[in-house]
Amino acid sequence: MTMPTRRTILKGGVALAAMPALSGLAFGQEKLKVGFAYLAVPGDYGWTYAHDVGANDLAAALGDKVEVTKVENVGEAGPNVERVLRELAQQGNKLIFATTFGHMEAAVKVSAEFPDVIFEHCTGFMTGPNLGTYNARFYEGRAVLGTIAGHMSKKGVAGYIASFPIPEVVMGMNAFLIAARQVNPNFVLKAAYISTWFDPAKEAAQAQAFIDQGVDFLTQHTDSPAPVELCERLGIPCFGQASDMAAFGPEQCLTSIVDNWGPHYIKTAEAVLAGTWTPQQPWDGLKDGGLIMTPYNKNVPADVAAAADVVKNGQIDGSYHVFTGPLELTNPADASLNISIADGVVPDDGVLLGMQAYAAGVEVIA
Amino acid sequence: MSPEFIVAIVAAIVLVATPILLAGLGELVVEKSGVLNLGVEGMMLIGAVTGFAATATWGNPYLGVIAAAVAGAAASMIFGFLTLTLSANQVATGLALTIFGGGFSALAGKPFLGKTVPAFVQLFPDALALHPIWRVVFGYSPVVYFSLFMCVAIAWFLKRTRAGLILRAVGENDQSAHAIGYSVIGVRYMAVAFGGAMAGIAGSMFSMVMTPIWAEGLTAGRGWIALALVVFASWRPFRLLAGAYVFGAVMTLEVHAKAAGGIFSALPPEMWAALPYLATLLVLVLISLRRSAASSAPACLGRPFIPTA
Repeated sequence: MTMPTRRTILKGGVALAAMPALSGLAFGQEKLKVGFAYLAVPGDYGWTYAHDVGANDLAAALGDKVEVTKVENVGEAGPNVERVLRELAQQGNKLIFATTFGHMEAAVKVSAEFPDVIFEHCTGFMTGPNLGTYNARFYEGRAVLGTIAGHMSKKGVAGYIASFPIPEVVMGMNAFLIAARQVNPNFVLKAAYISTWFDPAKEAAQAQAFIDQGVDFLTQHTDSPAPVELCERLGIPCFGQASDMAAFGPEQCLTSIVDNWGPHYIKTAEAVLAGTWTPQQPWDGLKDGGLIMTPYNKNVPADVAAAADVVKNGQIDGSYHVFTGPLELTNPADASLNISIADGVVPDDGVLLGMQAYAAGVEVIA
Repeated sequence: MSPEFIVAIVAAIVLVATPILLAGLGELVVEKSGVLNLGVEGMMLIGAVTGFAATATWGNPYLGVIAAAVAGAAASMIFGFLTLTLSANQVATGLALTIFGGGFSALAGKPFLGKTVPAFVQLFPDALALHPIWRVVFGYSPVVYFSLFMCVAIAWFLKRTRAGLILRAVGENDQSAHAIGYSVIGVRYMAVAFGGAMAGIAGSMFSMVMTPIWAEGLTAGRGWIALALVVFASWRPFRLLAGAYVFGAVMTLEVHAKAAGGIFSALPPEMWAALPYLATLLVLVLISLRRSAASSAPACLGRPFIPTA
């Protein structure tokens, strides 16, 4: 038997002090820790805002069963993404959502390092044993917008403020233009890639340039409400992106495509809690509530609203698909990316997710 | 090209150039006093959120701009205290101020998300401001005219006044200025506060004039362009004015070329996005080739002042 030295007493003290923390951990294991890596900040009022709403829906729906951690401003790409995902995994999050396309490589790499952590990546196409993807069929909403513009645009020319030339954006342009041409066969869509998802001043400048050059309809595939606010001042009809932007355009914002991630987040967390999660690639549309169209503005005439509803409901009941052939999509820079869809054929999702060619009537070279 | 279209392009250039001109003029004065404040972006964001909040609360855009200036100056005083009184590293402190400004403005702006204020876009009566041709002269926000006035005022101040001479002396040789009895730290505090106020007003351009909304990270890196512009202008106010309008022209050309489509969009979008920065690099190279211009940087720029006697 040795006398207790000051050192062993100190050690014991430290151990005692650590006890509550340890017991807290033990009790906390019931809880599923869920981590979110955000592209930007919830205050963008666009893409990240919509994900944040979904994360809050998850926390509200499952209450004590989940503990949600959010990391803002992770960025679209770069070493920061990998670091954030790894840290979230190390902090004990067992379900991690990487919420933008550019997080794909990092998600693949980090998910391989943490096989007991489940990762889900938004809008990507790479999967693994513990890596699934999820996406929403934004193009369905774009088809509704195109229908409205096709009916209401006097000049038949709309401007499309685009971010980057990736399939999701190209799909959106094509869906808008094809739907508009089903109403007005001469419709033209001018598209501009501004190399950013979020830069209110640049988005507004691009909107102003389109308007100065005579477009009488505007739509955006970038995340800030700045173009809608400008359109409201100048009296140009427009559409909201990712979240309901009606507050910025009470007269001119005709409807918004709202990304509705909450149901997927809740469903996924429940599957992980129940131990039934498997890597999947859900691509929810209007039918499954992956996206929602806000009510039409009072300035949308009743007949136009009815026509838009036909397209919307057709996509819900499966009778309408905007990319139904015959359809020729071309890429001016690389003919190997051209897509040809035969008469009456509905292309499969693989074709859509790889779309890098433009429908005739989309004016962009990139 | 119709005259109306040219007017539209000029109006767009002015709008884009004004905030970087304002922030650049402020930073020019700061650097002339020998201090390098890299926190322009942070002070702009603080000015942007304060200007928006003040306008939304009090309903007067002039009060909004004044509040933005006060907030920008207050933020710059944090930098001033750390670098001037405590002689902290200016580069590190400036970067910290930018990060702080981003976070603070996000927090302070929470209650204002999703709201708008009336755009602060007009000084002259409708007959002039909305005239299809004359709006090229009269159709701007008061902040735009203020920026041009400040450019002239600062050039005159630096070149023609005794106070301007003292400021330059402090920036060129702080020990000598100290030896003949000027308060180096005092002058630098005033310069830093002025730079903060100008950055605050520049920020309010975003949240009140260009896009009268508040969103986090609204200024999207324009503060860094303003910093580059000061070097671009080799610390001269009128060159800064020209530089700001050249930057504005490049950025406006970009959006108009894309809206026009066709031949213009042959240049990849990434290239357009890089153009302002490439232009800065080019000018930096040109400046370094000319020895006389290279020495136009204030000699004490970025060095903390610790009196030897």
